[in-house]
Amino acid sequence: MTIERDPAPQFLEFSHPERLVSAEWLEQRLETPGLVVVESDEDVLLYETGHIRGAVKIDWHTDLNDPVTRDYIDGERFAELMSRCGISRDTTVVIYGDKTNWWAAYALWVFTLFGHDDVRLLDGGRAKWEADGREYTLETPTPTATEYPIVERNDSTIRAFRDDVLTHLGNPLIDVRSPEEYSGERTTAPAYPEEGALRAGHIPSAQSVPWSKAVADDGTFRPLSELDAIYRKGAGLQDGDEIVAYCRIGERSSHTWFVLNYLMGFDNVRNYDGSWTEWGSLVAVPIATGEEPGEVPSR
Amino acid sequence: MSEQQIPTQLAEIRDDFLELELKNRLQLLLEFANELPELPERYRDHPDLFERVEECQSPVFIFIEVDNDTVQMFATAPPEAPTTRGFASILAQGLSGLSTQEVLDLSDEYPQSLGLAKAVSPLRLRGMTGMLARAKRQIRLKSIT
Repeated sequence: MTIERDPAPQFLEFSHPERLVSAEWLEQRLETPGLVVVESDEDVLLYETGHIRGAVKIDWHTDLNDPVTRDYIDGERFAELMSRCGISRDTTVVIYGDKTNWWAAYALWVFTLFGHDDVRLLDGGRAKWEADGREYTLETPTPTATEYPIVERNDSTIRAFRDDVLTHLGNPLIDVRSPEEYSGERTTAPAYPEEGALRAGHIPSAQSVPWSKAVADDGTFRPLSELDAIYRKGAGLQDGDEIVAYCRIGERSSHTWFVLNYLMGFDNVRNYDGSWTEWGSLVAVPIATGEEPGEVPSR
Repeated sequence: MSEQQIPTQLAEIRDDFLELELKNRLQLLLEFANELPELPERYRDHPDLFERVEECQSPVFIFIEVDNDTVQMFATAPPEAPTTRGFASILAQGLSGLSTQEVLDLSDEYPQSLGLAKAVSPLRLRGMTGMLARAKRQIRLKSIT
């Protein structure tokens, strides 16, 4: 870690308190050498309306995804992106964004696939920064290009592919979408274009724990005791479990992956980024509908 | 989409986008977002009249008024959703003043013609396609009753 962690007491109880920073901590350290702030939003224009001083923009779709293959960029393009953003291999990166940090968590997860060591979330994201009345600027930084090494992505530990999920059935699965998406009800009226999969429902045996349960009204993460009540008591997760989380395209489940992995200390959590858009259209795999998780299918 | 089918004001908006480099197209979209017209007084207290556009991830609501066969489109979207505001603003400015038939004849592909797919991703443009579809649907409903 290049820069000392935020010693805020509310983070101490988490397994990896070094993964979170408070708005106050960040505001005091803006433009510190060795620190780069990244904004990553669902709304692609939001950064242009004003952002944290010195922050660079990373767009999940145009920057992190390969333009042709449904996959992430490779090591070479990641190195180019990092260089453009002024990020070196040992830079402390703090990511924040809209929608309670969905895309910020997603970007953090992709940084982790490339083994970037020190990448943190701004607790509460854009909404909290704004609610606190902290400043934005319209000035766009011009980072000095860095020599970022070309590192191959490691998909083996925190990413699950569809075949991994098939093999995983029988172990804990967390579906982080809304209850309506989980049960398989229609979420849009007839005759309207509907984004997504051919079938509605969930992966059999998956527990429904919408991502939003992990955050308080101000967008900051809930204390550990409340997270325990939701994920351990509520969804039955236990120490040592291998867990897969999924949503629709992997952004909301990145958020839950962050919670389970860094806040609660489950050390074998994978994000299935193919998620429901893949599973719900996949030939010859089972789904379940209704409010119950459903049985693990026999093979 | 043939030239004749696109009313002048919509063709002008499209050409303005296409003349720009990719990066500046986003800036133009932001200008549209900032220009989204305020709701007229008579609609401000009537959220019930507005239809939520479910295809957009942000809360955007639209309402079509038809008077003497002339269309007026109104929309609201929060400042924290500038892309959605930009899409809504293009349609509110582009569709308002047209006849109902002109709007119904407009190709559903119009959002795709703005050259934004690379800048904001095809996934996001679906929100605008959804808005246009809902605008047409409201016009059809109003034409029946």
